Amino acid sequence: MGNETETPRIAIVGGGPAGMRAAGLLAAAGLRPVLFNEAPEPGGQIYRRPPPPLRTVLSPARLYGPDAVRAMALHSDFEAVADRIDHRSGTLVWNIMKQEHGGFRLLHQDADGGQGAHNCDAVILATGAMDRILPMPGWTLPGVWSMGGAQVMLKGQASLVGRRPVFAGSGPLLYLVAWQYAKEGGRPAAVIDASTFAAKLRAAPMLAARPAVALRGLAMAAALRLRGIPVIEGAHADRIEATDTGMRVHWSSSTSSGQIDGDAVAIGHGLKSEQQLAELLGCRSRHNAESGQWLIETDPEGRTSVAGAYLAGDMAGIRGGHAAEFAGELAAWALLADLKHRDNASRRAVLRRKLSRQDRFRRGLEQAFPFPQHRIASLPDETIVCRCEGISASALRRAITDWQPADVNRLKAMSRCGMGRCQGRLCGQIAAGLLTAQLGRTPGDVGHLRAQAPIKPIPGSQLIVEKGAVE
Amino acid sequence: MNSFAMHGHARLPRVCIIGAGIVGTATAFFLARSGCDVTIVERGTVGGQASGVNFGGVRCHGRDPSELPLAMRSRTIWNRLAELIGHDCDFEAPGHLKIARSSAEMDTLTRWFDIGRAHDLDVELLDRTQLMRRFPWLASDIVGASLCKGDGFANPRLVAPTFARAARALGASVLEGSAVTAIDRLQGGGFRVSGANFNALEADVVVNAAGAWAASLGLPFGAAAPTVTRAPQMFVTEPTARFIGPVLGLVSGDIYLRQSVRGNVIFGGGQGHIDPGGIRSHPDETTFARTPALMRNLIPALTHTALLRSWTGLEANTPDGLPVIGTSAGHDGFIHAYGFSGHGFATGPGVGETLSELILRGQTRIDLTSFHPDRFNTIARPAAL
Repeated sequence: MGNETETPRIAIVGGGPAGMRAAGLLAAAGLRPVLFNEAPEPGGQIYRRPPPPLRTVLSPARLYGPDAVRAMALHSDFEAVADRIDHRSGTLVWNIMKQEHGGFRLLHQDADGGQGAHNCDAVILATGAMDRILPMPGWTLPGVWSMGGAQVMLKGQASLVGRRPVFAGSGPLLYLVAWQYAKEGGRPAAVIDASTFAAKLRAAPMLAARPAVALRGLAMAAALRLRGIPVIEGAHADRIEATDTGMRVHWSSSTSSGQIDGDAVAIGHGLKSEQQLAELLGCRSRHNAESGQWLIETDPEGRTSVAGAYLAGDMAGIRGGHAAEFAGELAAWALLADLKHRDNASRRAVLRRKLSRQDRFRRGLEQAFPFPQHRIASLPDETIVCRCEGISASALRRAITDWQPADVNRLKAMSRCGMGRCQGRLCGQIAAGLLTAQLGRTPGDVGHLRAQAPIKPIPGSQLIVEKGAVE
Repeated sequence: MNSFAMHGHARLPRVCIIGAGIVGTATAFFLARSGCDVTIVERGTVGGQASGVNFGGVRCHGRDPSELPLAMRSRTIWNRLAELIGHDCDFEAPGHLKIARSSAEMDTLTRWFDIGRAHDLDVELLDRTQLMRRFPWLASDIVGASLCKGDGFANPRLVAPTFARAARALGASVLEGSAVTAIDRLQGGGFRVSGANFNALEADVVVNAAGAWAASLGLPFGAAAPTVTRAPQMFVTEPTARFIGPVLGLVSGDIYLRQSVRGNVIFGGGQGHIDPGGIRSHPDETTFARTPALMRNLIPALTHTALLRSWTGLEANTPDGLPVIGTSAGHDGFIHAYGFSGHGFATGPGVGETLSELILRGQTRIDLTSFHPDRFNTIARPAAL
């Protein structure tokens, strides 16, 4: 890492709460970090801000509800040090490499479409999370949105995906988005929650780690019911179809079944960490049984197995925006300590304690809203698993029978599942689930889809060498 | 040429093939079809290296005259994949268009035209006007081109696994995750091949089809060809409407390109990096900038088509660009098949059939003299012991 005479060059990837807090602390420490943010504005997905003309319509209180104070504090703290941060907004980091003599090199696409490269001594990765979806027949129809997408429409564009959307899936976002829609002029047709009341009850002791947040969730469900919106627990959306007048969701639970009509459908089964950049760096990962995801291994302060690379926020496991702020600051303190630049051991201890409480809450949420992994094995044959390439569950099952693939990357090679624009972000876990179910293997055996650069599609690049070089 | 058969053995030879790439698996298939006892020993997975990640081109166009019979023999097998191994591996033959950007390059094409015709290949020379009429989406700074109609492409991810599956069905063993650590010649003839994760096995014939690692593996058995390992870099775009018929290649070799059945444009050009240890490779940043620029330059309609992925694979190149196929003097029973210099995919099935002939009958329908392992030796080796 950087020598004593020169200021170490720090890059942060991700402009959500984790990246913003990390950048804030490093700026205060005089290190002038470079913050790469794919979005045009800081705030991440959770504290996303609408474009300026809509800000008068969408006040923070309306956008973030009870988190408005926290959101405004985050934004104003960031703005206070913004002149000491090299903030590259609208910039996608699509590749990261270890440098031969230490440090890292990031390749990025700028807001204007140009290509660039950036060298740094240490990096904090805070690239957040995305929707996790259990597919069902009809989920690729126009009019079906991801839960996060439905929320982005509201927060980013002050628009609703429909007046009467059906919300289906699991996880806290299910109730939050339905409630936000109800509050902003929509009238959700129903909330279909895959998790049972019993599962939530079992998780109650852990959820009590953050009583206010847990109560808020309960209050939202109650408020939806009060408005006469059906909330069906322990039920799965089995199939979505387009009707003459809108969308119809067929659902079933262990005791009953039915169908609900709406004008749009939002589905989501929680979130999954976006870890591609850490994977490209070769950070060690491990299958996490609680969340059913592969997670990059970190120590409690965010250090990965690669020296100089730190993780913070939902990228390192889904803990939410609140925890992301602590994790971002903590990773920055860890980095400063490792650089021997400055240290604050007591602050680090405080942040670790706060995070471990958040961690308990996270485990509670994962218990209350488990991803319906068991449903993968029984996905109807016609279900599209990989929507980019149009690969169905039956095509995958056939490929598994034909080739007996040793792992999910081999299944990808033989079936094309995961080769499309999303690079397997959505389908990778489902394909792995089909493989484990059919061949009786463990998630650890079948692995996860390897990240490849570019981590997101980029237009045929311009001359990186000319523009980027060394900064 | 020495072979097991020539030594007058009554039974069929036991063959151990090292490397489950296209050459290894095709050889295993043709041998198993003749009833041979065949085992493939593969360090990684079937088709997991260059055979599985190459461009997928299948061409005779532009081949060296000495390699042409091999490429043509292979071409007849490509046509029959479904019948032979139960899957056509997405093989299509829309032709191959070799593009000249200077009159000197056009001269090269004109010279090869006569070679192609002499081999009864359906070749056509196109001047700029003809080219623009037939392929109006090509860049306008092209001097001319040559079109070889029987050429095409297949899906590299499917080919070696399909050959391996067919070989298995005929009784061959395919041992994956099995790295060879020692090959010993036995007193009474034959070899013992031993290594990690498999029981040492005895074989009358060993085939060295270990791709980029074959030269070092075969060193004790006369693999004197000085190969250079390279990592050609490939790209794939998002799918677009299908409008590119033939496989394209510049005479300069700077870029080669095809559009898949699904509409993705797959192209290659330039080199990636070989990782320390030499087992893997990764895309190079400069190539990442240059090759897509060349692609856009060649087909301006693809300017705004997004790139999805880039990848590389390791292959061995010989000084003369021709493969090493055969037995080195003094090393009976040990057959090399490597150094395909980028032609291994197209010629692989033909190499497999040829090697099976060599092993079973001691002679081959096509002349392998130009591929002799000892052709790079400057000092004469002692005659067979």
